[in-house]
Amino acid sequence: MAGEILVATNVLEYPYTRTVGPVLGAFFTGLREGRIQGVRAADGRVLVPPTEYDPLTSEELTEMVDVGQAGVVTTWAWVYAPRPLHPLDRPFAWVLVRLDGADTSMLHALDAGEPERMSTGMRVRVRWREGRVGEIQDIACFEPETPS
Amino acid sequence: MTEAGPDPNEPVRSIRAPVHLEYHFMPGRASSRFLRGVEQGRLLGQRCPQCAKVYVPPRGACAACGVPTDEEVEVADRGTVTTFCVVNVPFHGQKIKLPYVSATILLDGADIGLFHLLQEVDAEKVHMGMRVEAVWAPPEQRKPTLESILHFRPSGEPDADYETYKDHV
Repeated sequence: MAGEILVATNVLEYPYTRTVGPVLGAFFTGLREGRIQGVRAADGRVLVPPTEYDPLTSEELTEMVDVGQAGVVTTWAWVYAPRPLHPLDRPFAWVLVRLDGADTSMLHALDAGEPERMSTGMRVRVRWREGRVGEIQDIACFEPETPS
Repeated sequence: MTEAGPDPNEPVRSIRAPVHLEYHFMPGRASSRFLRGVEQGRLLGQRCPQCAKVYVPPRGACAACGVPTDEEVEVADRGTVTTFCVVNVPFHGQKIKLPYVSATILLDGADIGLFHLLQEVDAEKVHMGMRVEAVWAPPEQRKPTLESILHFRPSGEPDADYETYKDHV
């Protein structure tokens, strides 16, 4: 016993709250209402999630635009062994989704069941969470538009 | 993960974004022996074979000489305050009543200070050279953690001469 090396489980947590500003605030407020909004950039593109400033001209962006609740997967990575804090408790894909009406892609989880169903360009749609509060997890995940 | 509270009729102004890290801490062979000793109410250090300095808690090697420290030595559970900090600022998760004092204590027989809580004394009376002693948890409540020493308190001995700890401040 005396020579045995000890092990202790430690948990480190910082309970941060961050303010989100008017643009992301509108995005999160929209999620709470079951809507997805982007912002119109100076060149007319719709950025989802929205940014406060134009990525090319740096000017302030304010025009919020509703986009669709379905879109296409532009790239993906399969997670065979989800971690405890991952959005799904079964294997899933991290995906970039370009929603209908949007010109940029958004990162989220896709509940596809198995990696054989995955392909770039596949159609997916939002699965909303019950009891939304105004945060990205209000989107529980995405799911394939065509049932397996 | 927003807490209940924000008005659902008001626009969202903030989100909870906690940083959460769960990990296993392994103190290694030398510090494990130290912590087992603490569980028994003993403070075990290690002496460097080259510079003869005694490390408490031991890390298994001398940081200055870079050699293993195999010789185990027991040090006293009393010592001298070499430096200290009066904590006046409240923070999240705080358990101790303000103001309180954290001190670096040079245990008799050791060459490196041990950082611990100083209690049973008014903060403004704490000073360098003050002699202090460990207040242990009851034996049945001791575990392999430095929390088995509840805190240190003044021992009532006369102050240590600066010469006795000047190389350790």
